[in-house]
Amino acid sequence: MIIPTKKEKGAEVSRRDFLKSGAALATVTLAPGVTLMAFGGKAQADGLKPGARWGLLIDAGKCPEDCSACVSACSQEHGWEDNGLDTDPQWIRKVTLKETATGRENSLPVMCQHCESPPCVDVCPTGASFKREDGIVLVNRHTCIGCRYCMMACPFKARSFVHEQITDQKTTTPRGNGTVEGCNLCVHKIDRGDGTTACVEACQATGNNAMMFGDLNDPESEIAVAVATYASQELRADLGLGLGVRYQNI
Amino acid sequence: MERIVYRELKSTPKVWGLMALCAAFVGAAGLSVLYIEHHGHIVTGMNNQIVWGLPHVFAIFLIVAASGALNVSSIGSVFGKMAYKPVARLSNVLAVSLLAGGLAVLVLDLGRPDRLVLAMYTYNFTSIFAWNILLYTGFMAVVAVYLYTLMARGVPAKALKAASLLAFVWRLALTTGTGSIFGWLVARQAYDAAIMAPLFIAMSFAFGMAMFMLVMILTTSITSRVYSPELRTRQARLLGVFVAVVMYFTLVQHLSAIYVAEHTGVERFILLEGGIYTRLFWVGQILLGGIIPMILLFHPKIDTQKIYVLLGALLVVLGGMVQLYVIIVGGQAYPLEIFPGFEVSSSFSDGVINSYTPTYLELMLGLGGVALALMIAGLAMKFLRIVPDNLSDDNVDPAVLAD
Repeated sequence: MIIPTKKEKGAEVSRRDFLKSGAALATVTLAPGVTLMAFGGKAQADGLKPGARWGLLIDAGKCPEDCSACVSACSQEHGWEDNGLDTDPQWIRKVTLKETATGRENSLPVMCQHCESPPCVDVCPTGASFKREDGIVLVNRHTCIGCRYCMMACPFKARSFVHEQITDQKTTTPRGNGTVEGCNLCVHKIDRGDGTTACVEACQATGNNAMMFGDLNDPESEIAVAVATYASQELRADLGLGLGVRYQNI
Repeated sequence: MERIVYRELKSTPKVWGLMALCAAFVGAAGLSVLYIEHHGHIVTGMNNQIVWGLPHVFAIFLIVAASGALNVSSIGSVFGKMAYKPVARLSNVLAVSLLAGGLAVLVLDLGRPDRLVLAMYTYNFTSIFAWNILLYTGFMAVVAVYLYTLMARGVPAKALKAASLLAFVWRLALTTGTGSIFGWLVARQAYDAAIMAPLFIAMSFAFGMAMFMLVMILTTSITSRVYSPELRTRQARLLGVFVAVVMYFTLVQHLSAIYVAEHTGVERFILLEGGIYTRLFWVGQILLGGIIPMILLFHPKIDTQKIYVLLGALLVVLGGMVQLYVIIVGGQAYPLEIFPGFEVSSSFSDGVINSYTPTYLELMLGLGGVALALMIAGLAMKFLRIVPDNLSDDNVDPAVLAD
């Protein structure tokens, strides 16, 4: 007698697939732009690559100080605006560095580093701050109570608090007054299979090619090959958080 | 020696006047909250760099003081000092009311206070915040049971002892949890220190005792009841010891931080170059909140000088608020060191000292929490037999006091 392996148990798989396809169908049929990600459990399964660890590789050596294309692209993609107030959100920012010992200057973008062990997830009382299986750290705007403990806990100042009412939100990026937000690694683009993020697209469009997006767990991906070949580093590596964003030539 | 008699406060204009004053502050806090909720936190002084501000200073002060207010009761029941027994009821009532006031401020400052119910059923057990929700609500329940064992007739001594011991252990856990909110923050150079938990426990002893004594002095003054000078002096000296313990932990906190190269920047900021925070630390926390209260509370004439006790306790409360302001706001004002060895600048305040100017809205919210705590305690004293009517020296066992 041949015992079927789990994969071959047709009934279970087909039922799950059926439900999945149902959810996907509902998403497509209802309306373009209305994402029913909450339904069907892992309805984002279309974009969720098993075993993936999405990440960024940023080459500070190729990032000119006067360029902020990644910041503008992120702002446009997600609908946040920085008008220079301390209360304005900044999902990504350009930081200028000057090495104290040598005087060498540098510039690079900083955003959520999508930690393997994110302090923001540890401290969130309601679990609104969470990490997806593919390593993307997100805030569930429906369960965030706006306590800002994640902002206290983040070593990279990657989170912002929405201090006022928001209008004209992007349908792909739900935001709300009184909740916390930050870089979501363009999760909507990943889930729909774009294979990149707004900041990386913008950086590449400038020709600087300082940013690269990809699956760090896929040994054949461009990003995995690059980090395996050239030296790169994590910010605050001493904290041992296992970041999804790596930097070169800081 | 008479038997201690507890009586409800009489309905006098002074009593109701104070209640009305508290209610006015609570009302003003309510209006502040509505205004903030309507416009968003943009109308407060808090921002994306100083994310916790004055409301958190008040909230944490009240929460920490709540567990400390239970000291008097614990000293009587857990440690068997009978002289403290007559004021144990008030100690329990204050513990609950101060916690209620602090929690009210904390939750009303949330970005989405309407979602508070979420925090009741979606727990993340790796969060010390989530644990604190259990510790705070559990504390209220445990202290309420303890109060029942103090007030009800025919409660076996063993039950009273068990309830008091549970409440004492719980209050230690509660303050450990509150201190750990900061102690477990690895990201920030000003925090990330295990000493935060014992420091907060020491702070709770001092702030709670000071609040208890102020309420006791106020209540006995407006109701013309007696606050046994013997007991008052004892408690004042104990408060002095607690202040010394806070000073000791503060010293160790800063000495151990200075020793770690990574933390010298923030220590230099708080202790030497931090402008308002340095002044608050040395003048507000150390001088007004530490040294002067100790001089007053250990003064040889304190048994006859009620004013020394009053001033000492008031300064401990003021210094405590300042201490929390320095820890909470000062700790955030110092920039995060994301790139050690580099000078940094950005549009998001990297590398610069963050500024914070609290607004009246935040002040009203915080004062509303204090008023709410006093109002709850006042109502309890008005309608329940909480405060002794005859707490004179004659009725406090001197042999026990001399222990």
